[in-house]
Amino acid sequence: MRSRISLYGLTFSLPLLLWQLLFFVFPLLFLVALSFWTVKNFTMRPDFDTVNWVTIYGRAVFWQAYATTFVMAALAALLTSALAFPAAYAIAFKLSDTARRWAVFLMVIPFFTSYLVRVYSWQIFLSDNGIINVLLGGIGLGPFPMLNTVGATMVGFLTLCFPLVVLLQLFSLAFIDRTLIEAAHNMRCGRLRTVFEVVIPSARVGLSIAALFAFILCFGDFVSPVYLGGGEPTTLSILITDTTKSGQQWPRAAVIALTMIATLLVVAFAAIRFAYKGRSK
Amino acid sequence: MKKTHLPGASGAVTRRALLATGAAALAMPMLSRRAFAAPTELTMLAWYGHAEPDIVAEFEAEHNVKFVPKYYTGGDNMLGLISQSPAGTFDVILSDAEYVQALNAAGYVEELDPNDYALSDYFPEFQNFPGNWQDGKLFSLVTRFGFLGVAYNTDALTEAEAASYDVFWDPKLTGKVGHFDWHLPNLGQMSLTAGNAAAYDIDEAGWEAVKEKTMSLRSQIGGFFDYGGTFSSLNDGQMLAFAGIGDWITGVLEKNGAKVRSTIPEQGGLQWSECFSIGKGSQKADLAKKWIQYITSAKGQAKSAQMAAYPAIVPNAKGWEVLQAENPAEAKRQGMTKDAGNAMDLIRAGRIQYRQWPIQQDLETWNDFWSEYKGA
Repeated sequence: MRSRISLYGLTFSLPLLLWQLLFFVFPLLFLVALSFWTVKNFTMRPDFDTVNWVTIYGRAVFWQAYATTFVMAALAALLTSALAFPAAYAIAFKLSDTARRWAVFLMVIPFFTSYLVRVYSWQIFLSDNGIINVLLGGIGLGPFPMLNTVGATMVGFLTLCFPLVVLLQLFSLAFIDRTLIEAAHNMRCGRLRTVFEVVIPSARVGLSIAALFAFILCFGDFVSPVYLGGGEPTTLSILITDTTKSGQQWPRAAVIALTMIATLLVVAFAAIRFAYKGRSK
Repeated sequence: MKKTHLPGASGAVTRRALLATGAAALAMPMLSRRAFAAPTELTMLAWYGHAEPDIVAEFEAEHNVKFVPKYYTGGDNMLGLISQSPAGTFDVILSDAEYVQALNAAGYVEELDPNDYALSDYFPEFQNFPGNWQDGKLFSLVTRFGFLGVAYNTDALTEAEAASYDVFWDPKLTGKVGHFDWHLPNLGQMSLTAGNAAAYDIDEAGWEAVKEKTMSLRSQIGGFFDYGGTFSSLNDGQMLAFAGIGDWITGVLEKNGAKVRSTIPEQGGLQWSECFSIGKGSQKADLAKKWIQYITSAKGQAKSAQMAAYPAIVPNAKGWEVLQAENPAEAKRQGMTKDAGNAMDLIRAGRIQYRQWPIQQDLETWNDFWSEYKGA
């Protein structure tokens, strides 16, 4: 049976469609076109030349940055998911309704402050003369180099993603059918086994989507790799700024950006496929 | 006809007189507004700080002008902003000297009349400043400059240690040397360290030497920092030495009590220079000209030298005199005195070279190598 397009449906769906066309599809198409433009004497010229694709894809530094960025984002997604899960589990199953509302509120609070400011504040903790090293120095340890390391970048990624991942995991855990957990317990399934055999599989969609969001945010992040990682190692976002910083090479930056978008689309489809695998339609 | 009497007033007041008085009172704000006309807006495209009150307040008051700044974070960013804006968007444009030719080639700036400006007050070296002129025509006017050398933490290094770029390779600085993340000043300094006589005019052998020298520094590097990151990492002692910067960063930190300083090492320093132009198609070109006249005058130059955002040396000799009278300590700190070894002596002794685009290589070649170096 063919579904009829109703005025009611259009009222709600059309603005979203227009929004996506205006602010996603058209800019994306422009980005594709831009990647074929050429630059002469700091001026971009409309063209159809594959030189930017050939140049960028022919550079070892691009693939090195690509691999680094992918691995770091994947690691951050796994780390954030693993650290967020106990928190989300406790909020979902162990807290009273009032305490749960407060916990959710506390998870939202970090979004009230600029991410850049939060990252800068981490420098006070992580620098050689920072709070952590001063405390460690008090018991005769350190100083340990923490700032301008990959570890510091991971701290920044966690700052960016942790509250969001906890909230997404929490919404997923909140909708688990409690009778399944009770049934597992009735069948003498231990607490830990219940988590791995019942809770996680039941919340797989939400957990996967949460990890996907963490990956997406970290893959494109510029702030933490620069301000906590000290620009080392070079990530794709840093490579984009390097490319645009000298000679107006926006077309080459467009190639990097399009590669990032394509990667995120592939990862997103793979994650969604994994999340819904085996579920009845 | 009944008259209206105002209590306490001497004599009677007619209704007509009352209405007239009321109308006049109501019209006062309009009359005041005409007397104090709304300030003319003058758009300025510049590095941060150039349109802040410490620099522009006096000019704004004198000419009933309100600056509307658009700040950029680098020459390429500046070119991008201009190219994406209609002609006439920016009345005044500040650019680093190496970008002036690009501005001119793209037709983004108006020609200037040298007779409009106090060029005769400038030190001779700056009266025909390279980049400002093309085919005998003036397109911009250098307004301030500074030197790039070795920036260092005074607790970690002595001035004698910092007197050579070789200090960056000192084992005690492993992981503590920072780069300001732009290839041009860093590779220029590496070029001088590699022994190239002209930092930016090097042949293939010279370029190979630069690459080799730069790569040998990689294990010493603790990070690549933007403007904000450079400030914070020097301020908190995270980085103890810095390549690619100078007093424009350390001068600000030093004023705020940080133990950092910049020095011109024995291999020589580089010079950054900022120039003012009038934007092509500006509807307020006369006012823009007045601004450039003001900021390049002795009085304006003294202000510019002490800019809160970042200090600089000025090319106007009379500006030095005003600064010496107003703030002798700052004049001394920046070497704008008559003492031997002042800023002009450094230039005249050949210890300073202009920062510029590479002459024998493409800009891309330098930039690509910089990315490879960072990723190494």
